[in-house]
Amino acid sequence: MNELYDFLSGPALWAAFIVFVIGLVVRVAYLFGVSKELDRVFYNHVDLRWALRSIIHWLVPLGSVSMRAQPLFSIAFFVFHICLFGVPLFLLAHNTLWQEAFGIRIPAMPDFLADILTVVFIVAAIILLVRRVVRPEVRILTTAWDYFLILLTSAPFLTGFLAYHQLGPYKLMLILHILFSEILLVLIPFSKLGHIILFFPSRAFIGFEMGSRRGVRTW
Amino acid sequence: MNDTLQKPIDTKVIKELLDQNDSARIRMWLSICSRCGLCAESCFFYLAKNKDPKLSPAYKVRATLDELYRRKGEVDREFLDKCYNIIWGQCTACKRCSLFCPFGIDIATMITTMRGICNSQGVVPEGLARTSDNYRNTGNQMGMSTEDFVDTCSWMAEETAEEIRGLKIPIDKQGARIMYTVNAREPMYYPQDIAMAAQIFTVAEEDWTMPSTGWDCTNLAMFAGDKALAGQIVKNMYQKALELGVQAIVITECGHAYRSALFEGPYLAGYRDGKPPVPIIHSVRIFYEYLRDGRIRIDPDKMLKEPVTYQDACNISRNGGLWKEGREIMKYIAKDFRDMEPNSEYNHCCGGGGGFIPMGAEFKKRRMESGRIKAEQIRMTGAKTIIVPCHNCFDQIKDLNKEYNLGVKVVSFKEVITEAMIIPEKFKPVEIDDEDDAQD
Repeated sequence: MNELYDFLSGPALWAAFIVFVIGLVVRVAYLFGVSKELDRVFYNHVDLRWALRSIIHWLVPLGSVSMRAQPLFSIAFFVFHICLFGVPLFLLAHNTLWQEAFGIRIPAMPDFLADILTVVFIVAAIILLVRRVVRPEVRILTTAWDYFLILLTSAPFLTGFLAYHQLGPYKLMLILHILFSEILLVLIPFSKLGHIILFFPSRAFIGFEMGSRRGVRTW
Repeated sequence: MNDTLQKPIDTKVIKELLDQNDSARIRMWLSICSRCGLCAESCFFYLAKNKDPKLSPAYKVRATLDELYRRKGEVDREFLDKCYNIIWGQCTACKRCSLFCPFGIDIATMITTMRGICNSQGVVPEGLARTSDNYRNTGNQMGMSTEDFVDTCSWMAEETAEEIRGLKIPIDKQGARIMYTVNAREPMYYPQDIAMAAQIFTVAEEDWTMPSTGWDCTNLAMFAGDKALAGQIVKNMYQKALELGVQAIVITECGHAYRSALFEGPYLAGYRDGKPPVPIIHSVRIFYEYLRDGRIRIDPDKMLKEPVTYQDACNISRNGGLWKEGREIMKYIAKDFRDMEPNSEYNHCCGGGGGFIPMGAEFKKRRMESGRIKAEQIRMTGAKTIIVPCHNCFDQIKDLNKEYNLGVKVVSFKEVITEAMIIPEKFKPVEIDDEDDAQD
């Protein structure tokens, strides 16, 4: 088990980070290459102001008509994303790892806060999952892959929480925590989770198309 | 549907079209849709049919273009028949869902792409296919000859000159400021629409002309997914305007014609910068300017007194950016204006857009069903008159008026303005001549 732990927290972790970064870069570069000929409509109407408005209104909680129409979902959705981004990045335990690996320290959040946010995240994930099941218009769209991805995204939080509180076999939880995180990192560039980057060009385009060409708000 | 339906599917052509359309946008949209379902409630088809989940925009793309890409074009007739029902019968390409999607995915563009692919296999509503033949043969959707068109214009000029002195309908006037283009329905069935426009232009002392070719600004081929033909249609219009050396093309009160001429046409016609070669002005805009600048003045006693509402045609308001101008005109002509809810860029499609009206009887029933949302919106305002600046909305709302007993009067801006505008002395008909004639 110790060997497995060393492997996962050493070479495998590096490999996962590299696949994550290079994968995203390649995906974006590839789309950029395709776009030069087939997406002239994207470049012809560029307007930074409309792009920013189109993006920011969807980053702010309840910033759009659409989100205000489903406030519970929208808040769960917002909390889900904030925790997903913030907890792993600013966790004290991870900060030690950042320093070991990259020699940098970033501000860390106290453990009790991370603990609360982890629970909040899991509650938000449950809301999203339940919504997927109970709302017919979401259920009909949802594939097994979608369920898998939301469970996979939540798995590092659940195992991390259990490991921290030493609930269940500590070493196993830690190994699962690292393993799930690595699988998630590797899958991001090759799945719908690529939206962590593609959200921006996609929203920018509709900002150009409706805003800069027509003066229409897209939020 | 067409007889060609029985022909085998040419998957080679489908694959070619899939490659041609495989833009970064479509790849990105299909891959990042996170199936959140927020688009569902934006769609009037979904709302009108008791929230049938199969009518959510994301599902419609999933079941058509997305599946086609996943199967790499290897599909059979049965698949295309299923798509036929969805892409022609369950979407008007109104683009409302794009405003409600967290990623701003342009679903209408994907449905239109799918229409193009189905069109290549003859899977296209007969009504639309017929208009395509007409465009090809005569340059207009009704198959009208140039001679008939010009005759209709001079007939209208003669008739109207009795009401407005000096009224002319100039044809192919070189160097006029604006070239006025119409929907082929006008010369064919509603010639008085041309007469009303002529009255407004005359009283506004506009330097205008109508072209003898390229006069039909509609572009149903755009909705039929026939890009080459759609490009040719706008090219006819652009070229005529360049030949005549006009400063702008003015589009009649028609929605999709404006979307075609200003937004999609340049791309269809191969202008790489996406800009039309001549500025494009919609009637709603130019009427507003006439009123604002005092070139047309409204008799306060003739303003509409009963409650009035306004149909934000998708391709004029949301897809044309002119919802404010429409409301500005209201201030001049209506005493009791009442907005629908939702309105402006968020307004619902009437159910007649995206080529639905010319698709004919085959689609009438669902047009009436999906139009329930619009009918309810209109009823809620309590309006007695609805101003509709678009031909397709006009037909649809007239049908809804009957179907749902709305009891509203459906009119265009032209009609209201010509009835209420002050005719300056110099344009008033001289009546002495008539008396002289009578004595003879």
